[in-house]
Amino acid sequence: MPDQLLFAMEVFLNGLMAGVLYALVALGFVLIYKASGIFNYAQGVMALFAALTLVGIMEGQVPFSHLINAVFGTEIHHFGWHLPAVVAIVLTGVVMIALAWAVNRFIFRHLVGQEPIILFMATIGLAYFMEGVGDIMWGADIKKLDVGLPQGINTWIDESTYEIFGYGFFIDNLDLWATGIAAALVIALTIFSQYSKQGRALRAVADDHQAALSVGISLNYIWVLVWSIAGFVALVAGIMWGTKSGVQFSLSLIALKALPVLMLGGFTSIPGAIVGGLIIGVGEKLFEFAIGPLVGGATENWFAYVLALLFLVFRPQGLFGERIIERV
Amino acid sequence: MAKTKMSVAGAALLAAGVIAGPAAAELVFPDLSYRTGPYAANGIPFSDGYQDYLTLLNERDGGIGGEMIEVIECETGYNTEKGVECYEATKGEGALIYQPLSTGITYQLIPKATADGIPMHTMGYGRTSAKNGEVFRWVFNYPANYWDGASHAINHILDVNDGDISGKTIALVYHNSAYGKEPIRTLEELAEKHGYELLLLPVDHPGQEQKSQWLQIRRAKPDNVIMWGWGVMNQVAIQEAVNIRYPMENFIGIWWSGSENDVLPAGDGADGYKALTFHNLGMDYPVYDDLKEYVVDAGMAAGAGDQLGTALYNRGMYAAMLAAEAARTAQEIHGTAQITPAMMRDGMEALEMTEEKMAGLGLPNFGPTFNVSCSNHGGDGLGAVAQWDAEAGSWSLITDYGPSDGSVLDPLISADSMAYAEENGITPGCE
Repeated sequence: MPDQLLFAMEVFLNGLMAGVLYALVALGFVLIYKASGIFNYAQGVMALFAALTLVGIMEGQVPFSHLINAVFGTEIHHFGWHLPAVVAIVLTGVVMIALAWAVNRFIFRHLVGQEPIILFMATIGLAYFMEGVGDIMWGADIKKLDVGLPQGINTWIDESTYEIFGYGFFIDNLDLWATGIAAALVIALTIFSQYSKQGRALRAVADDHQAALSVGISLNYIWVLVWSIAGFVALVAGIMWGTKSGVQFSLSLIALKALPVLMLGGFTSIPGAIVGGLIIGVGEKLFEFAIGPLVGGATENWFAYVLALLFLVFRPQGLFGERIIERV
Repeated sequence: MAKTKMSVAGAALLAAGVIAGPAAAELVFPDLSYRTGPYAANGIPFSDGYQDYLTLLNERDGGIGGEMIEVIECETGYNTEKGVECYEATKGEGALIYQPLSTGITYQLIPKATADGIPMHTMGYGRTSAKNGEVFRWVFNYPANYWDGASHAINHILDVNDGDISGKTIALVYHNSAYGKEPIRTLEELAEKHGYELLLLPVDHPGQEQKSQWLQIRRAKPDNVIMWGWGVMNQVAIQEAVNIRYPMENFIGIWWSGSENDVLPAGDGADGYKALTFHNLGMDYPVYDDLKEYVVDAGMAAGAGDQLGTALYNRGMYAAMLAAEAARTAQEIHGTAQITPAMMRDGMEALEMTEEKMAGLGLPNFGPTFNVSCSNHGGDGLGAVAQWDAEAGSWSLITDYGPSDGSVLDPLISADSMAYAEENGITPGCE
């Protein structure tokens, strides 16, 4: 088999893996938009905040320690524990639920019925607020995140493909784990959405707020629920991206990777986020592989948007988005 | 020890006829810092080091030449527009020198600072051809610049290959920005001279996703990789290099890709990674005793006091030390403690960093020795290579400070600076 074809196959597989990571971020956007019509600009910062909180809890870091020390002249930094990752993930999940409650109690409850642009602006404010609070709470230094996920080349794939093709494919173990976790997440969300009482209520709210209210579904409860789930998805995304690069404030920029996925997959479809992520991941990687060297490289950022725009031209609602029909 | 030497220096200054000004007058050193945003993890230690050293001079020595130092911190967020706003907001406060720690901000400030007559020191960043002081009268980039860095990296690769790298492939993984593109021309010229093949691999901002670049490296198997990154790009690149099992000893970063922040997330895998530097590392220097006594333990540290000894803290401290020594030189030249920005420039142009001077400051062998002059605002361009020891969790120099390849760089600097002079109607010269 020609080398270029083998390389292209390797790039294709890695594109799929990268797409899963993009989809993880996009999922959080979809969940909130589907249930409340809010485009949550703060989703990337939620991933950052969740990852910061996870590391802080694992390492026993005292939140707001710099502030406390500055005000009271103390010298406290750590509780002195090191928690297992599973415990820390559960506790971080609790923090994200508390955050979801607070966001709804103090922001969105007061904005019910407002224009979508107002809600969007509120999420911009929320993003910057959370970034600032995260900084004061946990510090701005780069933190190593190790929840036990393996990283590095998968030796089995490397050796197996070498035996077959004479060229060993590189697939990162972390990406394989991310794929498995994302698949489990999507299955769990689908089951929850289709078969649980809360899931059905969530779908009812997504379809028609007023109708859902008229049959006794609490909008507040559903919004807290969906922000909590989005918070958990953000935590998963934060773990995956934070493991790759360390937990740092540029994690919030992963939201930029989700936007073309949303444009392509639609804002209201969970399968759309997954398929959109895969298309973007594979598309940008193959384009960089084939065309990048001819145009000086670094094509991935802009090509993802070009790809999404192309899809938009033909399907404005995205691949899986709900078609908007307004009768006048 | 350091205090005694500083007292001697202070007495010498007075003996030279320097008259201390009124207590209200201060030497204003703005600190265009970034403690927030994606690059905060790098901006914080630099700013802490910069401010802590100046605080030390105030607390221990009563300032410079009897004149207290005022630091005005302004948050840029590593954003060029905010950086310019900071400059405009602080220049009227009597600012003596600007060190924006951003190539983007530097490019915007060069014409402004030149028009306003305020010197800039862009140590190891900014516009490389500012080394030509006859064109860039108000901009300094001693002790080394980007092109020096590119040459240092190639020199090191030459050293470990017994001086012959013809036929080898060297990849440059770079931030796809003006900063990241700086070394390309130099590396291309050096490739012609030494016969290596240069593989260019740009990484888009912010650099969280680099799979394509590292798959390409895995396929092309370059003999060496040079990195020109900043922020998250560095951590991801080092992790990806670990993932593909690229030999770390063949991976060299520019000095902005050589902090603890860059290697710690990759854990043990980063062991052996190399980075260039133009100053020494660690905290085994007498000045640190004074910093702890007069600044950190006294509760006067700019930050949490937890960055001491990190690579970027040392760099910030080094930047402050060079600024302070330039101010001291200016005071000596003009016979007054109350110096103006123009006098500060004179001090910078007459700066001589000797080993004796650094030892007297409690920083023996901390940086290369160099001289600055009107025509040479970049010093001697010396640099060294440091290597990361993951087990010890520390950097250490593995080479002495060595020169860059002037035969290649000088014509490039001359051509670029003269083009700038022509574009801007500048008549090169020292007056």
